[in-house]
Amino acid sequence: MSNYFQPAIETMPAAQIKALQNEKFRKQMAHVWNDCPDYRRKMEAAGLTLDDIQSLDDIGKLPFTSKDDLREHYPYAMLAKPLADCVRIQSTSGTTGKRVIAYYTQHDIDIWEECCARAIAATGGTKEDVVQVSYGYGLFTGGPGLNGGSHKLGCLTLPMSSGNTDRQLQFMTDLGATIICCTPSYAAYLAESIKERGLRDQIKLKAGIFGAEAWSEEMRRDIEQSLGIKAYDIYGLTEISGPGVSFECEEQTGMHINEDHFYAEIIDPDTGEILPEGAEGELVFTCLDKEAFPVIRYRTKDICVLTRKTCSCGRTFIKMVKPRGRSDDMLIIKGVNVFPSQIEAVLLEQGYQANYQLIVDRVNNSDTLDVNVEMTPEKFTDNLGQVSEMEKKLVAALKAMLGIYAKVHLVAPKSITRSEGKAVRVIDNRKI
Amino acid sequence: MTVKQISVFLENRYGQLHEITSILADADVDLKALNIAETKDYGILRLLVDDVAKATDVLIGAGCVVSVNPVQVISVPNRVGGLNAVLGKIAQANIDIEYMYSTIDAKNDEAKLVFKVDQPEALEALLA
Repeated sequence: MSNYFQPAIETMPAAQIKALQNEKFRKQMAHVWNDCPDYRRKMEAAGLTLDDIQSLDDIGKLPFTSKDDLREHYPYAMLAKPLADCVRIQSTSGTTGKRVIAYYTQHDIDIWEECCARAIAATGGTKEDVVQVSYGYGLFTGGPGLNGGSHKLGCLTLPMSSGNTDRQLQFMTDLGATIICCTPSYAAYLAESIKERGLRDQIKLKAGIFGAEAWSEEMRRDIEQSLGIKAYDIYGLTEISGPGVSFECEEQTGMHINEDHFYAEIIDPDTGEILPEGAEGELVFTCLDKEAFPVIRYRTKDICVLTRKTCSCGRTFIKMVKPRGRSDDMLIIKGVNVFPSQIEAVLLEQGYQANYQLIVDRVNNSDTLDVNVEMTPEKFTDNLGQVSEMEKKLVAALKAMLGIYAKVHLVAPKSITRSEGKAVRVIDNRKI
Repeated sequence: MTVKQISVFLENRYGQLHEITSILADADVDLKALNIAETKDYGILRLLVDDVAKATDVLIGAGCVVSVNPVQVISVPNRVGGLNAVLGKIAQANIDIEYMYSTIDAKNDEAKLVFKVDQPEALEALLA
């Protein structure tokens, strides 16, 4: 296997990675102490000085950074370099409140793009490939990140951005794109459009890199089958850099974290206590060598597990399993934790499309969950009994997965709006 | 006689049935018989038309979920007891009716009975 972009780093022995991390961490903490008053104040409030932090063994002493911390000091929160040294900003979508602005020096852009190049190389990508980037470009990190990674790897890059499906398919077929990068829901939509237009034998795709949304194994298999590709997961967040914080290799059993730049911890989300490897908890990241926006101990709200088992791909970077869902996506319905990805898994397993909508409401002080599901030609018959039987089966499967009753509504195909960026899956009408 | 019936998934919302009939009218498709089976949330529209291929094409093209199945159509004289006599024979032959509906052919003074049964060949033989 030679699917590496920077083999010396990607296959570095664990002890060397740890030494490299410690060296970068000490420098980073000095930089933060001297140049980032937001975080220095937090350290001082916790009674800490720089001397208290000698190595990563001391990281548990450091205060966490939350999304609220970053919003509170908008627009310059955690900025640790003069603006004259910064070359770019990116920003979160702000769907859950005020936007967070992330600053980058040229060095920060370079390491981010290298991380994305590693992700593309891990799918077998080389300079011979044609990479279609159908993530949104602009403030969103998806497009710029993979675009930069594709350049670094020397691939011919198609900066399509999201939307305009006809144009996407035209370039995909005319220019023979071999790797596609977009959200999994858009990949599913493109697959559906390819099928509709009968273009399957005109596409040359061999791999796809999909992220920025929670998606299930069932959805992966569906996309792989319908596009005839191998589908790779990628993970990232604007607060840490963007896509490429971690990425999947051909083993598809979790995403390797780019540990030379990002230090990962799993904590108990309630107590903040660091949990041992293999325990499920909230993922926390520290940027080890980012200059302009050196976020320390950022709480991602993603619930997952870290493992350092030997990987057949030869990479030594620790792996994170696919997060069960961002705790932001998690709904609490009748006191039960519900992740939209669980519902998606049930739908695909029962032969429905991954296009669905959840409507949560509160009637007489009790939560209700309604799931709109599109009828598919494969499932439809002239027999009302069979159709209701299918519906009952779906309700039972949802109950088994979620533990609560969900009312299913079969709706006409294409009546649920297709997303071209992040999918709007949940409508929560509860006034609490 | 075996004929092809078109079934269309209907969402329970205002104007849905009209959308389907508009698509067919625009394509110059003539409806010969029609029946709706419904639940609280959705329905199944069953149609006999003069041009099954064209109707199926335009409906699928418009994004409808469509299924085409064979059904048995039987003509009986339009008089008291016409349906009753046919149903008597079917019951006696132990043929199970999944659903049925009827339409009047005024020109020939006949009723056309549309059957979906578990043993279509037996039904054909019985009423041949």
